[in-house]
Amino acid sequence: MSKPIVELKKVVKEYTNGPLRVTALRGVDLCINQGEYAVIMGASGSGKSTMLNLLGCLDHISSGDYLLGGQSVANLTDDELSEIRSRRIGFIFQSYNLIQQLNVLENIEVPLFYQGVHEHEAREKATQLAVKMGLADRLTHKPMELSGGQQQRVAIARSLICDPILMLADEPTGNLDTRTGDEILQLIDELHAEGKTIVMVTHDDEIAHRAQRIIRVSDGQIVANEWTGGPAS
Amino acid sequence: MSSMRIERMVRLAVKNLSQYKLRAALTMLGIIFGVCSVVAMLSVGEGANQEIQEKIQRMGSRNIILESVKPPQNENETETTLNRIASYGLKYSDALLCATHVPNLESITQMKVLRFNVQFESRMLQTDVIATTPGYFHVQRFRLLRGRFLSSSDGEFGLPVCVIGSRLARTLFAGNDPIGRNLSMDGDAYTVVGIVGDISQTEIAAQNELWLEGENQDVYIPLRTYQQQRGDLFVEQVEGGMRAEQIELHRIILSIENQEGVVRAVDALRQILKKNHEKEDYGIVVPLELIRQARETRRLFNIVLGSIAAISLIVGGIGIMNIMLATVSERTREIGIRRALGARRRDIVLQFLMETLILSISGGVIGLVFGYIIPMMITYFTHVKTARTFSAFAVAFTVSVSVSVIFGIYPARRAAMMDPIEALRHE
Repeated sequence: MSKPIVELKKVVKEYTNGPLRVTALRGVDLCINQGEYAVIMGASGSGKSTMLNLLGCLDHISSGDYLLGGQSVANLTDDELSEIRSRRIGFIFQSYNLIQQLNVLENIEVPLFYQGVHEHEAREKATQLAVKMGLADRLTHKPMELSGGQQQRVAIARSLICDPILMLADEPTGNLDTRTGDEILQLIDELHAEGKTIVMVTHDDEIAHRAQRIIRVSDGQIVANEWTGGPAS
Repeated sequence: MSSMRIERMVRLAVKNLSQYKLRAALTMLGIIFGVCSVVAMLSVGEGANQEIQEKIQRMGSRNIILESVKPPQNENETETTLNRIASYGLKYSDALLCATHVPNLESITQMKVLRFNVQFESRMLQTDVIATTPGYFHVQRFRLLRGRFLSSSDGEFGLPVCVIGSRLARTLFAGNDPIGRNLSMDGDAYTVVGIVGDISQTEIAAQNELWLEGENQDVYIPLRTYQQQRGDLFVEQVEGGMRAEQIELHRIILSIENQEGVVRAVDALRQILKKNHEKEDYGIVVPLELIRQARETRRLFNIVLGSIAAISLIVGGIGIMNIMLATVSERTREIGIRRALGARRRDIVLQFLMETLILSISGGVIGLVFGYIIPMMITYFTHVKTARTFSAFAVAFTVSVSVSVIFGIYPARRAAMMDPIEALRHE
């Protein structure tokens, strides 16, 4: 039996938007095991982005508990959360979110910079990953000089650099054409095959069916948990 | 925090700044002007101050100088004064009274300050002739270059001897050895027995060519000798007739044993003179007071300069804050990305603060260079004395760097306090 990576226990997330008090998540229970490939689906405003932000330790939960790799992160300080993000989580965004003034290798190295990893070691790791992502001839290019697919590859390399226990992807193909999108999804499938735990947000059914598990979210609650029999780990 | 980390932060900051070279240069300009103006102003101020202090110091801080002053006249007197002898000023008796009644008196020097045509062979020039007592040598802190200064026996026996200033020795005697020669003053012959130089003036002359003009050109003769030969009456040719003045002493210099005694001595002096003079025909100059006033003036001067400097530095600081705020809001997305990838708040603060620091340090250094050059140019073109002091540089630099860091903290903190989720959404 593989151990759980994500455990949400009666998680509530509220925030105040001016005079309004918004409840984005109303008591969510969720368990994602190591090596799982799960997709979160839901209409906009359903709470799926909030959930992803919480999973990524970008936000504090209001009540309940969140165990990441067995460690509770519900009451950690801002600095401790930063540390968790840098060492345990890999982010892949819809709009790639590369730093424009840095080149490919430097972008990939950013998480290691904040871990204080030695430069030579960081450069070596970054080069390896860039090559693995098929960016061998683009190492010193700036993001502006790359295609969308190449930029997303850089972002994936960056998310892998600290060997995270959880990879979070927010509509990773949303800005790409179908063919390039397919290549990226292929890459994610490969990562899954290598044993990575992946949680992806999408609203594309076809994409969702590549995963093993679809978590449907509506109105701040999980309404369905479907096992699709997609590619097994 | 490890030095490696700092070094990487510095390199990151330099890299970020080089993205916006023009912007960085313009931001630095504020600091450059600030530091440069502070240093330049302090240099000019310090130069002026040194000049005043030197002048006053030469009068001696333990000395009190009494001067004869022509008393103010009433209107109806004016007509008759032309043909009358005006008698005023300090008397020999004043000097005697001072000698006995002023406390802590070290020495007393009496002098007449006259102006004569002085002649040696065929050369003639007009110069100040000072008839005085031997103590004058010490009061003026002369340096004896040749021979001797006037002695008390010179006066007792009414000997016609004189001591001349170094410049006069050069100009009037032109190559001849003046010692033992006679020079003629309005027909009276005086034998040169010594040559003196002015200590402070000769020292300054070594540093600054301009001061050579002020070198000693006076003739010193024994007071008693002069008095025996000419008396105390001066006759001067003026428009519409003759003007005669009777002045016994032009100046009395009292040397007090120590600075602390000066104030008491001045009080005693005022009483003595008030009792013995009907009119205010004398003046009292107290160099110590002048020094104090000069210090006070300097303090005010420094406060004014300091305020102007502070304003220019604050303006520079606000410039930095302005630019950094713009930079932070422009780079909101980057901040969000860095936060998501594991940057702590203090990493973000440090990143932006490092950029500010690099801007202000490089601006400060450039400012110091200009601040060094500009006073030199001022001195070169206007002959106004300037003095560059290390403290001026240190103050300008530290203040400018601290001002910019203080103004840099707000934008940096603002960047760090951003919600990473909001920042990531920022377009």
